[in-house]
Amino acid sequence: MIKYSDFLKKIQNKETTCVDFTKEILDKIWENRHLNIFITVCNEKALAQAAESDKRFLDGNPRKLEGMIVAIKDNISTKGIRTTCASRMLENFEPIYDATAVERLMAEGAIIIGKTNLDEFAMGSSNETSYFGNVLNPINNEYTPGGSSGGSAAAVAAGLCHVALGSDTGGSVRQPAAFCGTLGLKPTYGRISRWGLVAFASSLDQIGILASNADDTARVLDVISGSDAKDSTCANISPSQTFDNLQNLPEKFTFGVISNKLLNNCSEDIVRAYDFYVEKLKSLGGQPKEISFTNPNIWIPTYYILATAEASSNLSRYDGVRYGFRAEGEGDFVTRTRSEGFGMEVKRRIMLGTFVLSSGYYDAYYTKAQKARRLIYNDYNRIFNEVDVLLMPTTPTPPFKIGEKINDPIAMYYSDLFTISANLGAIPAISFPAGSPSNGLPIGLQLQSKHFNEDILLQLSNALLK
Amino acid sequence: MIEFEPVIGLEVHAQLLTNSKAFCSCSAEYGALPNTQTCPVCLGHPGALPVLNENLLNFIIKMGIATNCKIREISTFARKNYFYPDLPKGYQITQYEDPICYDGFIEIELSETERKRIGIIRIHMEEDAGKSIHDLDIDTLVDLNRSGVPLIEIVSEPDIRSAQEAYKYLTSIKQILLYLGICTGNMEEGALRCDANISVRPIGNSKFGTKTEVKNLNSFRNVEKAIEYEIQRQIEVIRNGGNIHQETRLWDAASQTTRPMRSKEFAHDYRYFPEPDLVKVKVSNERLDSIRSSIPELPLARKQRLIDQYGIPHYDASIFVEDHNLADYYEHCCSYLAVKSQKTFKLVSNWLMTEVMRILSERKIDINELGLNPKFVAEIVDYLSEDKISSRIAKDIFPEVLQNNMSPAKIIEERSLVQISDSSALETLIDEVLANNQDSIEKYKSGRKNVFGFFVGQVMEKMKGKANPKLVTEILRKKLDD
Ligand SMILES: [Zn+2]
Repeated sequence: MIKYSDFLKKIQNKETTCVDFTKEILDKIWENRHLNIFITVCNEKALAQAAESDKRFLDGNPRKLEGMIVAIKDNISTKGIRTTCASRMLENFEPIYDATAVERLMAEGAIIIGKTNLDEFAMGSSNETSYFGNVLNPINNEYTPGGSSGGSAAAVAAGLCHVALGSDTGGSVRQPAAFCGTLGLKPTYGRISRWGLVAFASSLDQIGILASNADDTARVLDVISGSDAKDSTCANISPSQTFDNLQNLPEKFTFGVISNKLLNNCSEDIVRAYDFYVEKLKSLGGQPKEISFTNPNIWIPTYYILATAEASSNLSRYDGVRYGFRAEGEGDFVTRTRSEGFGMEVKRRIMLGTFVLSSGYYDAYYTKAQKARRLIYNDYNRIFNEVDVLLMPTTPTPPFKIGEKINDPIAMYYSDLFTISANLGAIPAISFPAGSPSNGLPIGLQLQSKHFNEDILLQLSNALLK
Repeated sequence: MIEFEPVIGLEVHAQLLTNSKAFCSCSAEYGALPNTQTCPVCLGHPGALPVLNENLLNFIIKMGIATNCKIREISTFARKNYFYPDLPKGYQITQYEDPICYDGFIEIELSETERKRIGIIRIHMEEDAGKSIHDLDIDTLVDLNRSGVPLIEIVSEPDIRSAQEAYKYLTSIKQILLYLGICTGNMEEGALRCDANISVRPIGNSKFGTKTEVKNLNSFRNVEKAIEYEIQRQIEVIRNGGNIHQETRLWDAASQTTRPMRSKEFAHDYRYFPEPDLVKVKVSNERLDSIRSSIPELPLARKQRLIDQYGIPHYDASIFVEDHNLADYYEHCCSYLAVKSQKTFKLVSNWLMTEVMRILSERKIDINELGLNPKFVAEIVDYLSEDKISSRIAKDIFPEVLQNNMSPAKIIEERSLVQISDSSALETLIDEVLANNQDSIEKYKSGRKNVFGFFVGQVMEKMKGKANPKLVTEILRKKLDD
């Protein structure tokens, strides 16, 4: 894995240039093409941006992220660079505008190196639902990198970028971060504009950041966060200042630990790591306190009702009328376009979502799930009145093998058990690498905090990674 | 035979005159080249998000206040899901469970003395779809300029009891929209659209009959005709022992009938749910107060005031308030009158309704396009009311006033058109006329009273129309009858 501050040192010492470094990365991407991490690599554009960055360094006016190599999950809109969502439906779709996050990255000198693979429309937890084929975990190629931001996590883990943007609707940044041994931040809902993030479940989606360290994560968060007139669900507040606050970890803080009952959903490796990090947090000045959720059993059903309901509507626009894939042949092309353009998992979720919204079932499913979401939201409000942060597993198990769960959707959905509550509660959460106990495969643990307190998550991650 | 009464409720869609669309900054203007007023939002591109146009909110609140609605402090948007080629996102953003305006009413006039209250169930915000153009050989084409244009939907209570009432209700709604300046009211361009829910029941029954929804009412006259047709159709079906099916029917203007829509055309489960891309709409008291103070006097209130303040007949006032510009114009004219009296106010009204409106209808323009200084109308009326000119002179000089934008006072003075009201001068002239027409005097005295007009004509001709006809008549009578 590579670190932006190391790169900056090399630039200062004239050991490299942005162009040379970018070429190095492009070579590495080519060498690692068997991992299937990138759907699109932006060779020419990246080199042009790198040349501009070299000029800036030479002129002595580098911007905040000058020369930083960034990979973008391929469900985030990039003007003139095809944005496929790993779907046949958008196989050749070139957006006419940049996502706000991308625009802000480029305005501060970041180099967009390419677009990373994902589960189709971010629906999946293993990167196996991609139309472009699955991604291999760089640590052990027999394993999945997790999903849906599997390409972004793998890109960071394989040292193919400094930072990657992902998106997290139910754990899609944190779970692959855990499986690939990187840091993965899902900020508070509304922290980063969703303008240009292709919607899966609008009320849960949030752009997230994958990196090897807290320092790079903070730099990027501070640049891409903040209000945006193009997204009314984006909080009307100024950008975060986590980079400046990174070293200011409070001497004393309280942290929540979950009940043994909840922890018992995890494999032994995870439980052991959890206990280890409880001790580590204590050594950093943390005061543990056991907290309780009203009913963790409602998390997964609540999430899959709300997320699929919103998805069924969000994906209605792909009808072959205006852009994207259109099925050939006679007759009703909208039906055939959608039948042929979407993969199995996407269709499964559209059908589920359509069902829970249909008349006669709406109250039993959707309305009830909305109420359940309110309970979870209130749980978090109560918990963060009691503690500053909460320590959670990121996943119930270490990484699983390619093909292990893809034919068992319920088992796949349950791998999201510990991540989805943060999306339902709209709170920020970060997965940090917590060792590689079994077969050298990484596992991750998660820190959660109250709305808009990304500061403490990054301060603690920074301290824990040292 | 059992007599039936219709029960009618109208759903009116009005396109709002905001500069930009409901949820993006594209122009909402009508008539541009197809697909030139579009962006990622109204094209439904991946990752694009809607942002509420604040003017849409202001406009609907205006309409809500003008129709006596309650305004919800917090309301939400919902998605109405269905597939159609001209619906780019596969859903329409609308309001569902908590429309911003609800529980209001307007009044319509059944006669000069009788008003009726028609309840308004709700008024909500939504976006328009694009336009599919089917009637081309090549294929179905889609124009998305209209996609995302702001609409409000005004839903009435089933308080309407005849096609005529429906017509009056619809014209009242249109007038209010025009007064507020928030819609062009043009049904032919689709800026105003109307669907009618119609049922009939035996008079005296309190239970509603089964209703049908009639769509495609694309002109004011069609609304009346279609409703009338549908009422009669339903009565006939029932009288013949049949039942009304709840269905959607289309008005076919060519055959002047309604026909059922194919069931596929409306069998939707719209799967409404809260729109997660938009935040709750909050209406502050400050906003409400400032909008309330910006609401102009509305048609019915204005009509009553014109009657009370100027003493003009109900008929005149009705004509003026139909177009608020005309009403404004009338009041402007009155404000320039040298003598303000019920008589002069009525003279202004007469002058506008005859001379001015005739030109408007000939040229098919509105009063503002005419460019006639209201001061000039007041001048003419002042001359008329003081008998300084005859109405013939007034009519004669009017084209010149209009064409050359010249003050009537100036024309009258320059050409000495002030009529002669000096009785001694007139008496001399009349004596002359009488002396030259002895035979006609004989006829008159023998009882042929219509010869009187001949004498008046003779005098007027000699005076080139400038003689005060009243005075001429007076003197003539005196001389002939004595
Ligand atoms: Zn637009």
